[in-house]
Amino acid sequence: MSTSFAEYAWLVPVFPLAAFAILTAMGKGARKTGPWIGIIGTLASLVLSLCIAFERMTDNADDYSKSIEWLQVGSLKLSAGFEVTNLTSLMLVVVTLVSFLVNVYSQGYMRDDDRISTFFAYVALFTSSMLGLVLSDNLLTFYIFWELVGVCSFLLVGFWYHKPEAKAAAKKAFIVTRIGDLGLLIALLLLFWYMPDHALDFTTIHNVFSTPGGVISVGITTLIALLIFVGAVGKSGQFPLHTWLPDAMEGPTPISALIHAATMVAAGVFLVARTFPIFEASDAAMTTVAVIGAFTAIFAASIGLAQNDIKRILAYSTVSQLGYMMLALGVGSVSAAMFHLFTHAFFKALLFLGAGSVIHGAHTQDIREMGGLGKTMKITAWTFGIGALALSGIPPFAGFWSKDAILAAALDKNGILFAVGAIAAFFTALYMARLYFLVFAGKPKQDGHAHESPSVMTVPLIVLAILSVVAGFVDTPFKGWLGEWLTGEAPEHHGSGIVMVVSVAVGLLGIYIGWLVYVKGTVRRDAVSSRAPALVRTLERKYYIDELYDLLIVKPLRSFGKALQAFDDYIVDGVVRLAGYSTSALGRLNSRLQSGQVQTYALTALIGIVILALAIAGRRFW
Amino acid sequence: MTMLASYLTLAAVLFCVGLYGVLTKRNAIVVLLCIELMLNAVNLNLIAFSKYGVTPSLTGQIFSLFTMTVAAAEAAVGMAVLIVWYRNRATVNVDEFDELRG
Repeated sequence: MSTSFAEYAWLVPVFPLAAFAILTAMGKGARKTGPWIGIIGTLASLVLSLCIAFERMTDNADDYSKSIEWLQVGSLKLSAGFEVTNLTSLMLVVVTLVSFLVNVYSQGYMRDDDRISTFFAYVALFTSSMLGLVLSDNLLTFYIFWELVGVCSFLLVGFWYHKPEAKAAAKKAFIVTRIGDLGLLIALLLLFWYMPDHALDFTTIHNVFSTPGGVISVGITTLIALLIFVGAVGKSGQFPLHTWLPDAMEGPTPISALIHAATMVAAGVFLVARTFPIFEASDAAMTTVAVIGAFTAIFAASIGLAQNDIKRILAYSTVSQLGYMMLALGVGSVSAAMFHLFTHAFFKALLFLGAGSVIHGAHTQDIREMGGLGKTMKITAWTFGIGALALSGIPPFAGFWSKDAILAAALDKNGILFAVGAIAAFFTALYMARLYFLVFAGKPKQDGHAHESPSVMTVPLIVLAILSVVAGFVDTPFKGWLGEWLTGEAPEHHGSGIVMVVSVAVGLLGIYIGWLVYVKGTVRRDAVSSRAPALVRTLERKYYIDELYDLLIVKPLRSFGKALQAFDDYIVDGVVRLAGYSTSALGRLNSRLQSGQVQTYALTALIGIVILALAIAGRRFW
Repeated sequence: MTMLASYLTLAAVLFCVGLYGVLTKRNAIVVLLCIELMLNAVNLNLIAFSKYGVTPSLTGQIFSLFTMTVAAAEAAVGMAVLIVWYRNRATVNVDEFDELRG
């Protein structure tokens, strides 16, 4: 093959980067042209990504990678480069497509914002970093882009920095993910230390860890895998570092869709998938990933049942779905995890953008204050409904196929993991039904000023809705095309009928109960809260995790800081002040002596002479 | 030697009286008078040593003459200063002379 699109893959992140540079250079004046620059930048990336992906699908091309020597220190070489595999080309399409749609949507959503061009600049920078992360061929450049997306997330969560909650959320997002980043950094250093020739590129990692009885001992392998997983836990909002993700909803809604649902939070899953041979080499690490993933899935879904903020429900849903992906990885199915990542990116972005449209129209985020919006916001209601069905795992929508793949993989491995996943799926269907029926069904609770959003916002919704319907068909139990394409192996036949029946049954059951409670009213809404108020309050307070962290980590650290500050104020500053004070006290004393009274001076002189005389006389007696 | 001792005792008593006056009196003129008293106590010492000292000589007596001359000049200057001061401040109290207070 002479030339292929893959050789130009490095251009994919360059387009948004150029858009970012132009937007920054233009400054705040570019209110009209700014959004277009962002849109065109991501559109160019999208077209190129699609070309790369289609090329790979048809030709079944070899992986293409190219790297340049970046730094040489002594005998040590660091390289930077990009790699195009089926996995990365899939991620490229997901990221550029969602980013493009979010850009278009933001043009409507952020129209009245003063800093709209800054917003588009940040989004372009984020898109560029995320694409760089996807394309990186070694862990070091991966880590650099990993941090860059973290910075963009911080900037965009705190975009409305005049709100104190947004400021606090941005700081929380940054600090909590930093804990994970530290784990990843240590893993990186350990890998650098133990790998032959200090190689950090994914291909070598793959080769080293795939060889049985390899160079690196099992203990170290487990340690590295767990530390990488800590990084993924931080970024992907897994328990116990999930607390930042729901708070990050203080950012603009398109950002929640792009960063905190579809792309950046999935980077943790992508990281584990990319370094999967390390995990496969350690049973302990695999079990940890599976257990944390399954626990997060059910834990976050149960919190989602009791929240009232439309975006927070979706945020906990994201945490829960990311838990599913981790579960899939933990039971050894990269293809199921990536499949769910792929479909989830579309339907969760759809749900968030739909929520943005609802907030835009209803001017509130509290679902208890909404109702009957289905009549006035038809397109939003329909597309949101499709997203909700896809999330709840109802066939034939995308979420069903990917969730089914995960549950089937879990059942192969462990019955308990499967049961946890199925219960979480029931919760998912229930909270989505509650959300949907409270917002769109029933009687309007407001004075009819809710209105449908402009077409610049609804068109991305429609596109995502279509994708949420069709995206699942790339990998069905009957024709497992995606799994084979991703992993290069013929898919193990997992299409067990029981799994499908169970997952559809729990999904429908959840929706039916939601319908009974919130539409029909046959079950009173306070049926649970009146019988078990403590349980409901615990769910509403998110299992008191934030309070626990506040008590265990924030308060001690803060009092430690206070103690250090007191040490600085009283001990360090005290010594300085004492030096100054004693000097000036001496000066004051001396100036008191300078009374200008000649007689006082004479008396002082006399006393001095008497002392001298006494001293001289006293010497005789020594 | 008894003569010397009694002269020296007298001079010491005079000096102490003068010193006491210098340190305690508020009136500047009395202070000046007391300074003269102290000077005279010194003169008495000079003369006593020139007569009854270990090596008697006239130097002490001549020195005391010089002292008296200088003391007279000093008293004149001191009085002049006091008069100018009194014209400006209408007081001769030493404890109000605190222009050099720090």
